[in-house]
Amino acid sequence: MWADQILQGVLLGGYYALIACGLSFMFGILRIVNLAHGSIAVLSAYFVWVVAEQFKISPFLALVAVLPVMAAAGWLLQRTVLERSLRSGALTPLLSTFGLAVVIDNLLFQRFGADTRSLAPDIGDLAFNSWDLPGGASVGQLALITFVVAVALLGGLQLFLSRTPLGRAIRATSEDPDTAELVGIDSRNVFAAASAIAVVTVAIAGTFLAMRSTFDPYTGAAQLIFAFEAIVIGGTGSLWGTLIGGIVLGVAQNIGSQINGEGFLIAGHVVFFVVLAARFFIAGRDPRTLLRALRGATARGATT
Amino acid sequence: MSAVVRDRVVRDRTIAVHRWSRVSVTAVASLGLLLLVLAFGPLYLGADYTDRLTTLFIYVILAAMWNALAGYGGLVSIGQQAFFGLGAYAAIRLSNAGLEVYLALILAPLIVGILSVPLASFALRLRGGEFAIGMWVFAELAHLLVNLDTLVQGETGISLIAISGFAPDARRAFNYWLALAVMTLLVGAVFFLLRSRTGAAIQAIRDNEEAAASVGVRVMVTKRLIFVLAAVGCAAAGALQLATLITFQPKTYFSVQWTAYMIFMTLVGGLGTFEGPILGAVIFFAVETLFGSDGVWYLVGLGASALLFSLLLPRGIWGALSTRFGIQLMPVGYRLQFGARAPEEPGK
Amino acid sequence: MSLLAVEHLDARHGLLQAVRDVSFELAEGEILALVGANGAGKTTLLRSISGAHRLSGGRVRFDGSDVTGVRASERVRLGIALVPEGRRLFGSMTVEENLLVAGRTKRPGRWNYETVLDAFPLLREHAKRRSGELSGGQQQATAIGRALMTNPRVLLLDEVSLGLSPVAVNLVYESLQAVIESGATIVLVEQDLSRALRIATRVACMLEGRIVLEGKAADMTREQVTQAYFGLRRGDSGSAAS
Repeated sequence: MWADQILQGVLLGGYYALIACGLSFMFGILRIVNLAHGSIAVLSAYFVWVVAEQFKISPFLALVAVLPVMAAAGWLLQRTVLERSLRSGALTPLLSTFGLAVVIDNLLFQRFGADTRSLAPDIGDLAFNSWDLPGGASVGQLALITFVVAVALLGGLQLFLSRTPLGRAIRATSEDPDTAELVGIDSRNVFAAASAIAVVTVAIAGTFLAMRSTFDPYTGAAQLIFAFEAIVIGGTGSLWGTLIGGIVLGVAQNIGSQINGEGFLIAGHVVFFVVLAARFFIAGRDPRTLLRALRGATARGATT
Repeated sequence: MSAVVRDRVVRDRTIAVHRWSRVSVTAVASLGLLLLVLAFGPLYLGADYTDRLTTLFIYVILAAMWNALAGYGGLVSIGQQAFFGLGAYAAIRLSNAGLEVYLALILAPLIVGILSVPLASFALRLRGGEFAIGMWVFAELAHLLVNLDTLVQGETGISLIAISGFAPDARRAFNYWLALAVMTLLVGAVFFLLRSRTGAAIQAIRDNEEAAASVGVRVMVTKRLIFVLAAVGCAAAGALQLATLITFQPKTYFSVQWTAYMIFMTLVGGLGTFEGPILGAVIFFAVETLFGSDGVWYLVGLGASALLFSLLLPRGIWGALSTRFGIQLMPVGYRLQFGARAPEEPGK
Repeated sequence: MSLLAVEHLDARHGLLQAVRDVSFELAEGEILALVGANGAGKTTLLRSISGAHRLSGGRVRFDGSDVTGVRASERVRLGIALVPEGRRLFGSMTVEENLLVAGRTKRPGRWNYETVLDAFPLLREHAKRRSGELSGGQQQATAIGRALMTNPRVLLLDEVSLGLSPVAVNLVYESLQAVIESGATIVLVEQDLSRALRIATRVACMLEGRIVLEGKAADMTREQVTQAYFGLRRGDSGSAAS
């Protein structure tokens, strides 16, 4: 049922766009590729799980409670780790965020063990209800909600960057931190706010991950890779490119799974490399780096 | 118009360029002696120590290679485990095809090296974080593709059966010597690379890539060289690991854990220095021996160390010591020696 | 009491001493023209005063308090604004956004979005254009307007005429008149000596990091300034500055 697979792929793309959103935002604004991105998503998932189980509330409610804490964590992340590591050199953030990822993953293992968990039991019917479409395809309710949330978040961030005072300050600081200081913008606080926002989106993505499937302490690595692939496939557009990239990734994976049992992941990686190669071929000998172009677009708050 | 007096005068002085110092001559001589002593290792060391040293040699290789990539090439790769796994896989395949086992172990890294040449052209178009994760994706894809090989039987894995043909003692000794030889070869390659014209280029790239390019350093060629060398090195390490473990389970060889180890070793030892990764490997080996069985806390410690070192001591232990005390054991750089100042011209 | 006081300021670029032992005081309402050849240290001095460059010695006092260790963005909140050399606009943002982003400081004063556009009418029609696409003169107007949005008590202008056509320079200085007439305290780095002497109340000339000539603009002749500019003779007119 190819049409159904493609539809599922599109919906899966919604999740990928959601998880990619924070990585893209953080790179666009702070110029940092956060290798702890996936680990933070999983950390958030565990956090929401603990709160939901502890207080016997819906994960959605738990998420609302967790978000301020994660925002603070994002703020702290920027001020303690990212800010410092950027000063040491352009590549140091890769090393420190990788170290951080290892720490987070293994601390989670220490605390929660190897068992896979899921938030699906806590959301009742939502986990498996779906609407049937003519022709045999079906749309999962949760999948659709995830997709809608992704679109809303991407759109919201775009509006935030282009219309609000803080959004403007973020764009200005991202473009030229030194001059931003000269017009009264405290670049440290602005970057910390951007980091907080990025981590909030990651927390949301992590929660939806937990609702749609299972997770364990080491699930973070895969999420980082999917997020990165979605961004690269989506290409040099705006945050919306991330949505497109996510969709292409999801569709490719689903089609791949039809071809071969192992095909799901392989297809995704192959499409990633193919798109990369195509981009190099089109761009010529010395392309601007992919993410750098995206960075410019994000900073502009562009909607092309 | 009056002449202006400048603060720092580096004129009217002779400048001599030295490559070797008394310290470095002593160091190299000592190293040669050490290698000689190590070469006879299996004859007087027990089985346990032979195995352990073999493992240490493998760690030194990994550290030296990752340092070459990141410290000299400016390329942070989170995917070197790809070559580690592919090296072992190639050895399995070659041996399975009938090649004599130790020949397979030697040939495997070379084959991986050849395959890494076209990959280099592709991968090196990526920069910074893109390269880092891009290599990780490559590692994941390599892992998945290797799993598809029916010979490997997915995650169950397969053993390097042919090596069981050797008696354990012989096998242990051969592994040791092979590891020692490969380590010496690869570290030696880095050493001579650094001393050569390309070496100055490499260190220039490390310090400032754009500036290096502007004075004619062929950045791309140099990076490609480093990339392929690192691929061969990590593949060799993988083949050696296979020789010691005998079994090949894709999951273990393609695990990102190996990159975590490499990052720990180079960061703690000293990124961008020659001696640093060797020190880092020794430290890692010691840490693993002492804490390896502590399971998760050990890994947390590794990650935390990498994090802390990158933030607080980015030059690593050797880097910090070297800067502080001006030591450089191995003669890979140049030293300028300022001679006496010429007498001042009268009537300025 | 002076509004801005610089005391024995030293500033370096790596090992190179860019500013040596510079001291001067500026009272409210004064306009100081800082002249000198390229590389004399004028830009570094302004950047040090604004907090964009770290001092290696000396102090900066603003309105009586020591701001030497204060962050640049904080100094803006206190009332020091720099229009940097080369304008340094946020090129990807519109003129309007460039102005608004500086207005976030919310210092009280007569300058806001509307009044800035009144002072620089040519910006009104370009308000929604990306600032990177504007002409030199339009960019300069935007840069000055952006600094004004912070309602500064001291305005530091670095080479506002650099790279502009004579017509554009005239327009810029016309608009600056309004700013001057509002009683602003200004430090102006300017290559154009005659213009500098025309609008300034005080003049200081820098040579190789030091102030070699300083005094009231009215008391100074062009010849004196030119000589000091090129280091032909150490000037000693007006004040006891070295």
